[in-house]
Amino acid sequence: MPRNPTAAASESAVARAETRRRWSLALPALTVITLCSILPLGVMVAYSFMEAGQYGNVQWGFSLEGWRAVFLDRDFFDDSYIPATAHLTILARSILLALATTALTFVFGIPTAWFIATRPPATRAYWMFLITVPFWTNLLVRTIAIQEVIRADGTLNRLLLATGLIDEPLQMMFTNGAVLVGMTYVYLPLMVLPVYAAIEKFDFRLAEAAYDLHASRLYCLRRVVLPLMWPGIVAGSILVFIPALGAYVTPRLMGGGRAMMWGNLIDLQFGQGRNWPLGAALSITLTLVVVGAMVWYARRAAKGDATNG
Amino acid sequence: MANKRFDVTHVPGAATIAIVTFLALYIPVLILVVNAFNGSDTAGRWEGLSLRWFAAALDNAAFRSAAVNSVIVALAAALLSTCLATAVALAVTRGRQIKGQGSIVIIVNQPLLVPEIVFGIALMVVLAQVKQVTGYQGLGYLIAAHTTFCIPFAFLPIRARLAGMDLTLETASMDLYAGRFYTFRRVTLPLLLPGILTGFMLAFVISLDNVVVSSLVKSPGQETLPTYLMGELRRNLTSEIYAISALLLFASISIVAASWVITRTKQ
Repeated sequence: MPRNPTAAASESAVARAETRRRWSLALPALTVITLCSILPLGVMVAYSFMEAGQYGNVQWGFSLEGWRAVFLDRDFFDDSYIPATAHLTILARSILLALATTALTFVFGIPTAWFIATRPPATRAYWMFLITVPFWTNLLVRTIAIQEVIRADGTLNRLLLATGLIDEPLQMMFTNGAVLVGMTYVYLPLMVLPVYAAIEKFDFRLAEAAYDLHASRLYCLRRVVLPLMWPGIVAGSILVFIPALGAYVTPRLMGGGRAMMWGNLIDLQFGQGRNWPLGAALSITLTLVVVGAMVWYARRAAKGDATNG
Repeated sequence: MANKRFDVTHVPGAATIAIVTFLALYIPVLILVVNAFNGSDTAGRWEGLSLRWFAAALDNAAFRSAAVNSVIVALAAALLSTCLATAVALAVTRGRQIKGQGSIVIIVNQPLLVPEIVFGIALMVVLAQVKQVTGYQGLGYLIAAHTTFCIPFAFLPIRARLAGMDLTLETASMDLYAGRFYTFRRVTLPLLLPGILTGFMLAFVISLDNVVVSSLVKSPGQETLPTYLMGELRRNLTSEIYAISALLLFASISIVAASWVITRTKQ
């Protein structure tokens, strides 16, 4: 506590000037983000409560039709409400495919991260380089690459035909499976990187101690290794799940119109669908799910820090 | 390990799955590159090594203009977002907490919280009005959009670098009567430079790769490399597409390799 009032006043004046100076440093970036991201999102929220225009766009006037259409359809004959199965199927597929992608990247990603983290330090950097290159490579290009492998006249089919295992090309494209393979392929590095970071920090003497105390391999994995890897696994799952849920490019190329996902459905409403309020309501819903997942993760991470520290 | 004692790091099967994963990651990309070098007229039938599809791509005016647009947008967006992110990082990492510091960090990371397709469509809806009012159809919209979603990526390494920096150096400089700006230019900036470079590189690659936001925000007739590639894909899968993909692949790999070499030589 400062003893005389003038010193206190000048001190708080200095503090205020400091606060002002630092806010002004942040201001340009905050302005750009507010104008180009937060404001448009606000417009979307507003649009979701308006009436659909006849040729796309919206008409002024409050309406809940956009939100209603997310969940309910009108029956063609008697105008009664029925569940909007077409949309709900796509939303359910998106969630299931995003979860399945997370699970598959887990199955392949965890052993890979473990493998890299247990290499000698000299070669570890090279393995890490191999995992970061796909991470930095254009997502569209990687989707084209995996599409080339599984499409009807692609590499895999030609290989199988040449070896005589099949007589006719397998139709693998434009299915849920194709989208799943594509998303697992493009999002895998997002699982490996955080899990690797967690394993690398792991003190293997702890595992040795567990074995010395006659823990079985499984027991040690479950009670010693896994809890310490857990933050990395949760981070990796969030990093895969979120972009997978909102994916647009990969389901578009691998799933086409037959295995559409949430992002493609939104795009459709602003294009051929000409139902902007519905598109806006679907956008807001997707954003809320993503933000919800992030908040859940942040809370969890904060709690984890509190218990560990 | 010299002695053959029990190795705790060994988990049966992990190495096998890891090798399978690496092969699965790289084989499709290798097939794509091989296809790009295929001299055959029809994609899929091998007729010897050739650069003809690369030549065809480079000879294609639409490809060239898309490539130029991509580089202009990526350079501008990376430069702008790095400057903006550096200023924010300086505002939130030095000295004591200021009022609203938490909200600044949340707003800066806000573009990461919104799915790409939602960000793109929302911006498209707003920019459609702006385009109508101003009549401007240039690259400015793409640069603004890319700058916005690059800010959080540029912010990350710069903030990390600043957080690990020794504040006493700045205090020492100020004690020796260096002005605030002189201190920034001669002390803070040089120390911060690796973070800024990483941020710039990150922003550049993120911008160069973007297809969803670009295709929604671009004006009619305007293309970047990824949107051009996406449009060509809708028509047909040709060897030229493989060649363009391979070029994009080489670009990304050289940027990663460059940054990898830079960070390794520093250590």
